[in-house]
Amino acid sequence: MSRLLDVLREDLRLTGVKEGCGEGECGACSVLIDGELVNSCLVPLLQVEGASITTIEGVAIDGKLHAVQQAFLDCGGAQCGICTPGMILAAMALLDQNPHPSLEQIKEGLAGNLCRCTGYMRIFEAVVHAGRE
Amino acid sequence: MRSHVPSYELVSAHRLPHALSMLTEGYRPIAGGTDVMVLFEAGKLQHKKWISIREIQDLRYIDVTPDYVTLGALTTYTDVRRSEILAKEFPLLAQAAALTGGIATQNRGTIGGNIANASPAADTPPALLVYDAELELVSQKTSRWVRYTKFHQAYKVMDLAPDELLTSIRLPRRFANWRHFYRKVGTRRAQAISKVCFAGVRHGDQIRVALGSVAPIPIFLESADLSAITPIDDIRSTARYRLQVAKNLMAEFLSIP
Amino acid sequence: MRKVTGQAQYIDDLCFPGMLYGATVRNPARRGKIRGIVFEPGVPWDEFTIVTAKDIPGKNYVALILNDQPFLAGEITEHGEEAVVLLAHPDRYLVEEARRRVRIDVEPLPCIDSLDDSLAKKEIIWGDDNIFKSYLMNKGDVDRGFAAADLIVEGEYETGAQEQLYIENNGMIAVANPTDGVTVWGSMQCPYYVHKALIPLFGLPPEKIRIIQMETGGGFGGKEEYPSMIAGHAAVLAWKSGRPVKLIYDRAEDMTATTKRHPSRTRHRTGVTRDGKLVAMEIDFDIDGGAYATLSAVVLSRGTIHAAGPYSCPHVRIRSRVAATTYPPHGAFRGFGAPQSIFALERQMNKVAAALNLPPEEFRRRNFLHEGQTTATGQIIREKVDLDDLLFRALEQSHYYHHRETFDRANSTSTLKRGIGFATFMHGAGFTGSGEVTLSSVVTVEATAEGKVRILAASTEIGQGTNTIFSQIAADALRIDYSLIELAQPDTATVPNSGPTVASRTVMVVGKLVEAACIGLKQMLVSSGLLEQPYTSQEFAAAAAEYVHTLGPLRASGEYKPPPNVFWNDETYQGDAYGAYAWAVYVAMVTVDPVTYEVRVDDFVAMQEIGKVIHPVMAMGQIEGGVAQAIGFALYERVAWKNGRMANGQMTNYIMPTSADLPPIRVYFAENPYAHGPSGAKGIGELPMDGVAPAILNAIEHATGVAFNQIPLVPELVMEALAS
Repeated sequence: MSRLLDVLREDLRLTGVKEGCGEGECGACSVLIDGELVNSCLVPLLQVEGASITTIEGVAIDGKLHAVQQAFLDCGGAQCGICTPGMILAAMALLDQNPHPSLEQIKEGLAGNLCRCTGYMRIFEAVVHAGRE
Repeated sequence: MRSHVPSYELVSAHRLPHALSMLTEGYRPIAGGTDVMVLFEAGKLQHKKWISIREIQDLRYIDVTPDYVTLGALTTYTDVRRSEILAKEFPLLAQAAALTGGIATQNRGTIGGNIANASPAADTPPALLVYDAELELVSQKTSRWVRYTKFHQAYKVMDLAPDELLTSIRLPRRFANWRHFYRKVGTRRAQAISKVCFAGVRHGDQIRVALGSVAPIPIFLESADLSAITPIDDIRSTARYRLQVAKNLMAEFLSIP
Repeated sequence: MRKVTGQAQYIDDLCFPGMLYGATVRNPARRGKIRGIVFEPGVPWDEFTIVTAKDIPGKNYVALILNDQPFLAGEITEHGEEAVVLLAHPDRYLVEEARRRVRIDVEPLPCIDSLDDSLAKKEIIWGDDNIFKSYLMNKGDVDRGFAAADLIVEGEYETGAQEQLYIENNGMIAVANPTDGVTVWGSMQCPYYVHKALIPLFGLPPEKIRIIQMETGGGFGGKEEYPSMIAGHAAVLAWKSGRPVKLIYDRAEDMTATTKRHPSRTRHRTGVTRDGKLVAMEIDFDIDGGAYATLSAVVLSRGTIHAAGPYSCPHVRIRSRVAATTYPPHGAFRGFGAPQSIFALERQMNKVAAALNLPPEEFRRRNFLHEGQTTATGQIIREKVDLDDLLFRALEQSHYYHHRETFDRANSTSTLKRGIGFATFMHGAGFTGSGEVTLSSVVTVEATAEGKVRILAASTEIGQGTNTIFSQIAADALRIDYSLIELAQPDTATVPNSGPTVASRTVMVVGKLVEAACIGLKQMLVSSGLLEQPYTSQEFAAAAAEYVHTLGPLRASGEYKPPPNVFWNDETYQGDAYGAYAWAVYVAMVTVDPVTYEVRVDDFVAMQEIGKVIHPVMAMGQIEGGVAQAIGFALYERVAWKNGRMANGQMTNYIMPTSADLPPIRVYFAENPYAHGPSGAKGIGELPMDGVAPAILNAIEHATGVAFNQIPLVPELVMEALAS
């Protein structure tokens, strides 16, 4: 019944995924399971047998940043960076469903990822930019 | 992580008979995990033997017949949000699903789990109550249907035996041309536990109303009389606030043309 | 870059071979005598490292200001959740199990439950009179002022505790032994504070203590002084076990056991003339410090100095106190006393305006400070301050008059009530008075063998852009490419003490030292003959590399020098409190829903003069983030206290705004270069915390006609007023 979060961080040393709250509230532990946004702190390892998991380490391909990552850099979407991996994955999941989201849709798509530093404005801008790419 | 993880056992059931057999051996079912795993992390999960039913594909569906829309218990909130028939004929359920947690929670959490976890603050039960849902409860040897309005009996006490599994939720297709009203009053606009949750449907003089977070169980009413609710002071809100807001929501519901 | 790829290394991402996991066993009761510590059966205790107060090698106090707080409670525990026993074990799950099985028996002692009980001395729990610190600030003669007033208005205002809620919890890893000394890695704002605290803990000389800051996931003051405590805990476990020890808090522990913003209660008595001029301001500002002093004296100081605001008033008296209560100690949080006193002031100013029958903006205009006038501490404003212009622009950007008129008409008939309100304020950057002189901060820059320039500073990157801004300042001062600048990791073994990363001083004070050090470095390089001006980046790099190879280290330092003509009297608390003030006007537009009593902020305009904008995106980011955090302070973030501790220590129940809750935050800057800041910049990190809550509550009063005077103004409080 180990948490997926702990297996990723401790056993696989994929430390890009973070524990912010352990209760599925902050989204710092977000990963994509079969393309869907999920809080890995709430997933027992057993339940991902056979699934494809994407963590932040798997987002850039051959060193080339994903449009969302580049947009975060260009727009100042990361301040302290602790929410950033989860936020980027949430943005990717959103854009995958909806390539040109409205501001309301962006707010909803990211509502489960808490950021204490930015006030979200630069993050929204980053998502809008990435959507245009 | 405040639990001693190695002391816990989790096994997976890929088919329903296996799951039902494990229930007779003292295992409890875990589906989306969005409630169970929170208790686990907090060191508050007493029970140690768990059977994952999430892999039972047969329990995840939305089935439409002329009289009913039936949801498999493993239907996720995201599944509910994506369903055209639910949006059209059972919009309060779709609204409730959209207001439960955030996207990540909605992708994993299930309607069956929301019911069986029996939190008085759950968001879908008020909608299910006004839509007169029926629940299918199955054990190794039995199978029965229960009216949802009779399911919750006391705080975390339900008409569900330890060896029974909730497998489906059936909604009668008779509310499409009623007036629908749903309001969740949470601690914030998203990712919030409700302080008062109100679902109501109206047709002429008939009303069906259900409220969450104002009693130990979700409360179903067929009139505007709120005397059955017993709101309390707790970590999120006060009894006075809940009572006043419940009255205001009832008034708002009754005033829709 | 490393942040968007997940490569940035925060403390919990590190793993040392042979590492143990630590856990803290905390007082389950409140104030009392510790009668016994029982290690219950069922745990292999012989495998554990166990530390109590008697295992501390040196002195059991956290060196800060008054040194009254122990690392571990010994015979007496002063508050719930105080640390009593430390455990370590290689199995991270077993250590949690063990934590549950340590029983601490506490014989209760009397507690103080509230600020008023403390001030009334119902029980003396600290010092002689429960007062950590008090100030009395006098300008002119306030009694004479009241005698001359045509109208006197009184008001009382309260603010609650607030949790910093950085998304990365506190954490440390320590390695320690008597031969090599102590090294601690962790999440922190001030490596030299931790360094100072560990010296007496171990009785080791300074050079045997080494503190290294890792990537830090947010601080906001919550990692200013608290890290000394957790670093000390990790270090004594490492010392006793002989192994590296990792001590990371989970969210519940971080929320319940670490510091919060000081709750406050302010009483105002304001005298004005018939034509709306301030003649007397009497302010009683009291804040709740919790069980130990920590930084309360300084929080009180800042709150006191900001309490009378950006107004010209000839007679001012401010009495302030911070008192002890039986709760986990309160501490630093962005704004540091000013958000509390400014909330009270800006609500009071609206009350006075209303009593005078003046629009609030007109009342402000008649009293704004101008160049040549004096603040409440008697500081002469020596820069061009144009609050009138800021106010004009803020009201224009927010369409204030249009909305006010529209809402006035619509509110009588519409269900939803809408309002617009503002606050005008200032925030002093850097340490108060002679504080910066005492800190005597230093920055060093050195050339590397590759010809790059490395900045050695103790200022930490905690999300506010220290690294980016320092690099930019250095690149500008040296006139070389940004890519040639490196930042050394803040490590007390290698960087000088640049002072703490607090008080909005990093750009304004330390950035100036970066600039000075770079200019010194450039001069050394040019005078060596290896570099001629003007030069390209490549020429600079080549010359610097050659210097290092042929002549040896190329290094220059900048050391703090106070601006001239700055005088501050610590005794009377009069004089030039801060080198520079940022000035601001914030406008909030709200909707109040009478069905649910929820308040929604629909639009927010933040207008401020900050000297010079060095990095527009980062500056905007600071204001936007601060406004969001302050919206939480105003409307959402309630700490529920029960049995002497925080009862809602979960993210589910301590409510921080999500992206769905926040309005568009529209940020505007005015510039008026400050002579002593790098490129003219003033500090801005804390400014946005000050003006949001009063602007919102002023708007709510406009919307509802009800004057609310406490925050967080949760819907339950709005209901009590509107439903009756």
